Amino acid sequence: MAKISFITRDNETITLEGTSGSVMQLAVDNGVPGIDGDCGGVCSCATCHVHVAPEHVAKSGDANEIEADMLELNDYANEQSRLCCQMEITEELDGIVLQVAESD
Amino acid sequence: MKKSALPDPFEAARNGKGFGEMDDQNDPVTMILGLKDVRKCAHNWKTFQSGATPGRIVVPSEVHIRDTRQIPFEVDPPEHKDYRALVEPWFKRPLEEDYSAALTKQINAIVDEVLTKDTVEVVEGFSLVLQSRALTLLLNTPFEEAETWISWGTHVFRSHGNSLDGDKANILYDYIDERIKQAAENPSNDLYSKLLASTKDGEKLTHEEVKGVMILTFAGGRDTVINAITNAIAYFAEHPESLVRLKSEPEIINNAVEELIRYFSPLTHMGRVATQDAQVCEHAVKADSRISLCWASANRDERTFENPNEVVIDRKLNPHVAFGFGTHNCLGATHARQIMNILVKTLSEKVKSIDIIDYQENIEELGEFERKVGYDKLTVKFNA
Repeated sequence: MAKISFITRDNETITLEGTSGSVMQLAVDNGVPGIDGDCGGVCSCATCHVHVAPEHVAKSGDANEIEADMLELNDYANEQSRLCCQMEITEELDGIVLQVAESD
Repeated sequence: MKKSALPDPFEAARNGKGFGEMDDQNDPVTMILGLKDVRKCAHNWKTFQSGATPGRIVVPSEVHIRDTRQIPFEVDPPEHKDYRALVEPWFKRPLEEDYSAALTKQINAIVDEVLTKDTVEVVEGFSLVLQSRALTLLLNTPFEEAETWISWGTHVFRSHGNSLDGDKANILYDYIDERIKQAAENPSNDLYSKLLASTKDGEKLTHEEVKGVMILTFAGGRDTVINAITNAIAYFAEHPESLVRLKSEPEIINNAVEELIRYFSPLTHMGRVATQDAQVCEHAVKADSRISLCWASANRDERTFENPNEVVIDRKLNPHVAFGFGTHNCLGATHARQIMNILVKTLSEKVKSIDIIDYQENIEELGEFERKVGYDKLTVKFNA
C-alpha cells in the first residue's frame, strides 16, 4: 500500500492509496484533473506528465530512456519530470508528492 | 509475405540519409523519416508551420480544392490554443460512460450482422458503416444521418491516386454548409450547434470557422478510421491466436490497440511549411518549401522499437506517433481509440476466425516510395 499525493494545476491536493498498477491508472481511475493517460500507459501521449517533489525523487527513480526522449521535447519538463504511466505503484512510493505538470 | 502485412518501404532511406523526396502537384515535399527527427520538427511549429495557405500542409495538397481553413489543425499557437481549448472537451466525450455504451451497442450490432453473412466486403460493408455510425455519436446527430455519409462511398474526398477531385469534395462542403445553416435556425445538442454557440475572444464563431472544424472532423476521421478497422480485420484473419489471447487476457486490449495503430499508421504523413531556411538531417529546407512528418516511417524506427515490423500484441513501451506529436496531435484520437478498443474486445468475444476470400491492396505512391496503407477491397467470411 502506498499513499500518493497529486497537486493539481489549481493547487488542490488529492491523496490516493494504491497497491498495484501504474500511478497514471490510479490518477485516471480517481479523476485527478490534468492526468488524462490518453494512450492507456504505453508511453506514447505524454498526458500523464508530473513533477516529482525534489525531496521525493529518490523514491521514484529516473525516467527510462524512452520516457526521457518523450520529455526532452516537452516545454514544461524539468529534472523532476516523469510520465507517471511509467511509475509502478510499490511501497517505495509511499508518501510521494507529484505536481501535475502544465500543458498546452 | 502475409496478406495482412504492411511492409516498411522507408527503412533504407531512414537509416541512410534520413529523409525522402516526393513531388506533389509541383510543390515538392521533403519527407522526414526518423522518429526523433519527426518529433523535433513536429515540436518546432515556429519553423515548420501548420498555419500556411489552407490545404497546403496536406499531402496531396488541397490548395486547389479548398479555401476553408481547417480548425484547429491549420492554425498555430498562440491562436491554436484558444481553438483547441474550445473543442477539446467535446472530443473527450468518448470517455463518458453513455458514449462508450452507445458505441459498444453499435459495434455489437454490426459484428452480429456480419457473422450471419456468407461473405462481407469489409471496406464498404463493415468499416465505412461502422465509422459512419460512430461519427453520429461524435457529432451527436441522429443515427440515420450515417446513411447519407455511407452513400457517399469511400472516395468522397479524393479520386483515386494523387489527383484530388474538387467536385467530390464539394459534396461534403455543401453538405456541411447546409447543416450549419440548419443548426443556426434550429439549434440542438449537436456539434454544429455547440460550435455556433461558442465564442473566441468574445466573438461568436463565424460560419467559416464552424465549417473549418466540421471539415476537419469529417475528413480527418474517415479514411484513417476505415483503414484502421479494415487492417485490423485482415490482421485478425491471419492471427486467430491473437483473438484467443485477447479473449482470455482482456487487460492487454489497450496494448494491442496501440500496437495495431503503430503498425498500421493509418495516416502516412502530414506536411508542414518552412517559415524560414532550415536544416533537417543535414539537408537544407528552404523557406516556404514543404516537409512532411512521416508517422508511418517513424513508427518503424528500429532505434526505438524492437522488432518494428512485427505486431507485438502486448508491446508495453510504445511511443508511437500514429496520432501525431506535440501541439497538433490528433483531436479525434480519443474517439478513434475508443472505436478500436471496443471493436477489438467485441471481435475477441464473438469471432472465432476470419477467412480472407479476396483482396486488393491500397498502395500510396510517394515519390521514391510505395506504401501499402490498407485495402481498396477486402472480402472475408466471419466465423462465430
